[in-house]
Amino acid sequence: MTEKAKSLFQIFKNGLWKENPVMVLVIGMCPTLAVTNTGANGFAMGIATAFVLISSEIVISIIKNLIPSNVRIPSFILIIATFVTFTDYFVRAFFPTIAESLSIFIPLIVVNCLILGRQEAFASKNPTHKAIADAVGMSVGFTWVLTLLGIIREFFGMGSIFGLQLLGEWYRPMVIMLLPGGAFLTLGLMVGIYKHLSREG
Amino acid sequence: MMEEFSQILLLFISTILVNNFILVRFLGICPFLGVSKQIETAFSMGLATTFVMTLTAGATWMINTYILEAFNLPFLRYVSFIIVIASLVQFVEMFIKKTSPVLYKALGIFLPLITTNCAIMGLALLIPLNNYSFIASIVFGFGAGVGFTLAIVLMAGLRENLEFGDVPEALQGVPITLMIAGILALSFMGFAGMIAM
Repeated sequence: MTEKAKSLFQIFKNGLWKENPVMVLVIGMCPTLAVTNTGANGFAMGIATAFVLISSEIVISIIKNLIPSNVRIPSFILIIATFVTFTDYFVRAFFPTIAESLSIFIPLIVVNCLILGRQEAFASKNPTHKAIADAVGMSVGFTWVLTLLGIIREFFGMGSIFGLQLLGEWYRPMVIMLLPGGAFLTLGLMVGIYKHLSREG
Repeated sequence: MMEEFSQILLLFISTILVNNFILVRFLGICPFLGVSKQIETAFSMGLATTFVMTLTAGATWMINTYILEAFNLPFLRYVSFIIVIASLVQFVEMFIKKTSPVLYKALGIFLPLITTNCAIMGLALLIPLNNYSFIASIVFGFGAGVGFTLAIVLMAGLRENLEFGDVPEALQGVPITLMIAGILALSFMGFAGMIAM
């Protein structure tokens, strides 16, 4: 592996664990908690966010020298809003059931602090290839947390994983896991376990 | 007239308690976790948010009805809403700075944060989704702000007491805050079914 590829891989890996957007940076919490009542929903939200994050980091890292620094935040938001509109129309046209269950949380990607935060902290200061590595790493980091949270809540709340019924009639579903309270409690436990693991390692 | 008034009143109460923006709809979690360490600052944040929310509700209702729907431009909705919110926040900041330096000192640092608060954008998106009238939108916006303030102040009160608690090391900080929020959300579930809309 060459030196350059190694540094790109390092940037990519950062988002997965060490600087995970949900676990460590604690940003993008609204979709994390709101749409993860099933594994599939969490995964879909992760992919939608990933698309917006990667495309806007590419565009912003290309045109960063053309944006005057005192209007950079509004410019970033406009670029993000354009990609979000695109994503929203795409999901509604091709995956209407997913669009229904994610409801207003797809348009709310516009104000997801994760997206704007990465533009400000990374894309506006680094060349395009590094920005892509950062965006992909952050996206995978965000998606795995959402999917795992969704799987846990779906398993205890409905006894199924990705819609596949695993537990039989004897299992009395814990409805609380599907409700707002369950989302907070599960994520709280997950972050606690994460902190414990990363301290040991 | 009476009928309409009671509808509006029901909407107001259900927005605060039954469909609380933070604890039931999951909108505005970032400030809820970030600015809830002290009751005083939490209250200031709630006040600023309520103010911006009420204005946003009115402004986005007008833009949506008289521009976006009148000229059939629904694809510009997200872009125009975020611009309206960002400029509104900027305007409010300038206005408060000019008229009341005391209030500006109390709210100052929180105002720019409000632009990326998803509760505001969520409010703007929920209004066309529910087809509220102008009056109902304003009441909805104000109720959402009051609900936001209620949740964030309750949370700050709990967290202030947590200072004296003996929390396991791995759970300190974010994890325990999330769990408290979970218990708070559970207690708010008691309001569900109080009002059938």
